Amino acid sequence: MNVSFAAQLNSVLAALILLTAFGLLAQRRIYGLLHIFALQGFFLSVSTAVVGYSAGLHHLYISALLTLTLKVIVLPYILYVLIHRLRIHKEVEEVVNIPTTMLIGIALVIYSYHLTAPIRELSDFITRSTLAVALATVMLGLLMMIIRKKAVTQIIGFLALENGLFFAATSATYGMPLVVELGVALDILIAAFIFGIFFFQIRTTFDTLDLKAMEKLKEEE
Amino acid sequence: MILLILLGVNLAATILLAFIGDRKRAPELNIICSGATFAASVFLALSVYEKGPIISGNGFFFVDAFNVYLAVLTAFVSMTTAIFSRRYMRVERSRGKVGHKGMRFYHAMYQLFIFAMLLALLTNNVGVLWIAMELATLATVLLVSLYRTPAAVEAAWKYFILCGVGIAQALFGTVLLYFAAERIFGEGSKGLLWTNLSAVADRLDPTVLSLAFIFFMVGYGTKVGLVPLHNWLPDAHSEGPTPISAVLSGLLLNVALYALIRVKVLVDGATHSHKAGYIMMVFGLLSILVASFSLLRQKDIKRMFAYSSIEHMGIATFAFGLGGPVATFGGLLHMLVHSLTKTTIFFTVGHASQMHSTQEMSSIEGLIKGNPLVGWGLMFGVVAIAGMPPFGVFTSEFLILTASIKNAPFFTPFFLLGIAVAFAALFRKVMPMAFGKVPDNQKPIRVAYVPVIVHMALILVLGIYLPTFLSQWFHMAVELLVR
Amino acid sequence: MTKDIYPILIESLQVVTVLVASPLLVGWIRVLKCWSQGRSSAGVFQPFRDISKLFIKETVLAENASWIFRATPYIVFGATVMAGAIIPVISVDLPLSATADIIALVALFAIARFFLALAGMDIGTAFGGMGSSREMMVSSLAEPAMLMSIFTVSLVNSSTSLSQMALVLTSNPIVLRPSLAFALLAFVLIALAENGRIPVDNPATHLELTMIHEAMILEYSGRHLALLEWANMMKLFLFAAIGIACFFPWGIALKDNIGMLPAAFILLAFKLALIGVFIVVAETVLAKMRIFRVPEFLGSAFLFATLGMLSYFILE
Repeated sequence: MNVSFAAQLNSVLAALILLTAFGLLAQRRIYGLLHIFALQGFFLSVSTAVVGYSAGLHHLYISALLTLTLKVIVLPYILYVLIHRLRIHKEVEEVVNIPTTMLIGIALVIYSYHLTAPIRELSDFITRSTLAVALATVMLGLLMMIIRKKAVTQIIGFLALENGLFFAATSATYGMPLVVELGVALDILIAAFIFGIFFFQIRTTFDTLDLKAMEKLKEEE
Repeated sequence: MILLILLGVNLAATILLAFIGDRKRAPELNIICSGATFAASVFLALSVYEKGPIISGNGFFFVDAFNVYLAVLTAFVSMTTAIFSRRYMRVERSRGKVGHKGMRFYHAMYQLFIFAMLLALLTNNVGVLWIAMELATLATVLLVSLYRTPAAVEAAWKYFILCGVGIAQALFGTVLLYFAAERIFGEGSKGLLWTNLSAVADRLDPTVLSLAFIFFMVGYGTKVGLVPLHNWLPDAHSEGPTPISAVLSGLLLNVALYALIRVKVLVDGATHSHKAGYIMMVFGLLSILVASFSLLRQKDIKRMFAYSSIEHMGIATFAFGLGGPVATFGGLLHMLVHSLTKTTIFFTVGHASQMHSTQEMSSIEGLIKGNPLVGWGLMFGVVAIAGMPPFGVFTSEFLILTASIKNAPFFTPFFLLGIAVAFAALFRKVMPMAFGKVPDNQKPIRVAYVPVIVHMALILVLGIYLPTFLSQWFHMAVELLVR
Repeated sequence: MTKDIYPILIESLQVVTVLVASPLLVGWIRVLKCWSQGRSSAGVFQPFRDISKLFIKETVLAENASWIFRATPYIVFGATVMAGAIIPVISVDLPLSATADIIALVALFAIARFFLALAGMDIGTAFGGMGSSREMMVSSLAEPAMLMSIFTVSLVNSSTSLSQMALVLTSNPIVLRPSLAFALLAFVLIALAENGRIPVDNPATHLELTMIHEAMILEYSGRHLALLEWANMMKLFLFAAIGIACFFPWGIALKDNIGMLPAAFILLAFKLALIGVFIVVAETVLAKMRIFRVPEFLGSAFLFATLGMLSYFILE
């Protein structure tokens, strides 16, 4: 596998990650979201491995493996179990105005491209151009958290956002030092347990996982 | 060595208290562990004071005058809060608000939270700093929802989501910082060590660092509670148990601001401009104004003081944004005195709301007659936090004001307006609570005297005269931050 | 002397190919469909028989039909044949190709559609108007997406002339390009919508609640209907040809190389056969969506096309 082919492959994977980020925005069904999220993690992991191979950096393999276990197997599994236990697997979320959301998403992609332009000029990595996609994934995750009103979908948006961050680390710097990557992964794992507990707390307190029920804490006039 | 003791005590206590946190003597164990941490931090501070900055653990830890003072403060306040929490949580438990599991969880997470903050302060690795900040968030999230009321769960969820998202931006900033550093240091952890970064700050790429600073500002700014990223703060600080409110307001905000300042030093070095400072000044000023006007509308007592925390963090951010020795000195002092004063207030507020079984200010009355320590403590704290002489906050605000008049005269009127409005708002709300007759719904409880009195004494001392060792210490810290 | 005649020869060969091969393609798709459903088919030549039958039949005009109604079949047929003369099907060496680039090509299809919609409303029956309004809704959404997708391909090949695009793509080494993948995806969705295939419209039924294209031409008969049907078949063929020229042009005959023509023919037949298989599989797997969902469908096509363009700028 020569370098230019690796770069092409990485671009394709970046495009696929971007596509999954948009897919998450548009998907209404909870299982569909889970599958897209797992797919995104898979692309991320493959991309990390490809970069690791082409740059000859072996710690990226560990990082890829970490992504694979955490983002493709463990987290989707935890979510799957939670969704089953909470009996919300059939819920279809009302998502208003997908076209507008998509247009905002496209605007965010362009904005990310604009923001990362100076870095692209400085870097000589084969992955430099994917940084814009990474930032866009972060922003799209943010957008998803803003427009979705269900606890589970917000969490998936949050995790997609983290995927974007991992991708950024790989594409801008060929991965953070291992100690940091491990620490971040640990934090995400703890966060996963916390939101698991949260789903049950919200469910028992509000009888629903719809966050529209949570409107008590506002500034009183 | 001392560092390991400092961090190890908390970690061991976390594990221990996770199992026996509901025993009768668990609060005392909590106090002892916090006390040990405090003792270790004092030793650490002394050695830094004598020998200068310490780098240890293969460059993993870095202690200088700036972070060791915050570490001592963190350890000290966590100790006094642990003392307060003993009486406070006993009342909560007797009223059936928390069960066995809740107490175990509470004590374990309290220690984990302190550990995370100390790790964030003492580490040299910017990446680990991020991890520790996130850990501190995660440790406190479920404490906020400890009571399981709808409002508490909602507040905790907001806290979890908003801070999670916010701090994710800081991770992106960290990635960008590492990107800039990698061009100088190459692969590996070296590029994330703050000491290395600050040594070559002027060689880091200015464009990348400016971009990174925006992300850091949004990320750690969310944790500092700067307007307009502050939405989670009043909820999280008002719905959790009061000891947690106290340490969130008094300590966590400081640690987040610390992270921001560390980054600002690098950015200033790289860009050779005052851009980052201006951004911080604008955020700070906005926080002061919005928070002080929000104070006027509050009905919930803890919520009101949460807004007051936003205001004071705004003041400190403004001070560090101003830069220059005087403002930086004022900012450092402000972080210290705000931390002490705000925790005092939360101690008394916690007891006051327990006495009345509510946090509604309209139902709280006659505190001075009901319990002089709580009543006068609250009055004392409010007078101090509002910036009246002769208390510590007055000194720090005066310093910042002087620097502001000299360096940023256009900002000064807004700064003064914010402080004045906050002053008026706090007094209007607190006077009826402190004075007046004892209402029927007030019940006497056993309150924690020691922490309130100790804090009050410290605030008074810091206002009247700054001990030489402390001012020298601050001068050392200022030298590190101002170039 | 002979060299000068080549392009004209190829051009006429191409027009004939388009005219003849388009009913064949439709016939092939119908045959495949019959097979997939376990029916016995009428053979690939059935569309020819249908068309010739319609030509023989008497043409019935409504009393209030205006000149628009009468002229539309010729305009539509003419515009489509014109398009067929521009798109490189068997060779990039087309003299007419220089007259119009791909944007003009989209406009040619738009002219045909515009008159078709007018004709649908001309008679004043309810179905005609309904079909026209639906057709305009679909095309107003499909056209921007179509242009977006085409632009992406033009950007990659730095030309808007289809011949040039095909030439550039064939003469450069194969590169993995996410932008082209997205553009192709968008193009497929648009082509399905523009040609009234499942899941947007069903060409095999006259179900009044859902039909789009069929509703517009409901009043036509005889040779008018024959022309419209033929033009419609050509449109399907031409969309396939555009797809091939933009995304899989390998094998097309190059300039001044008449020897490549036989191979080009065989490859073209092979590619078209594959496209037929794809269409049938898609139509078997998918169900027709409700008409309210069509904007979302085309919206996603637009999204893909835009992503393709963005990934050209960002990633390549």
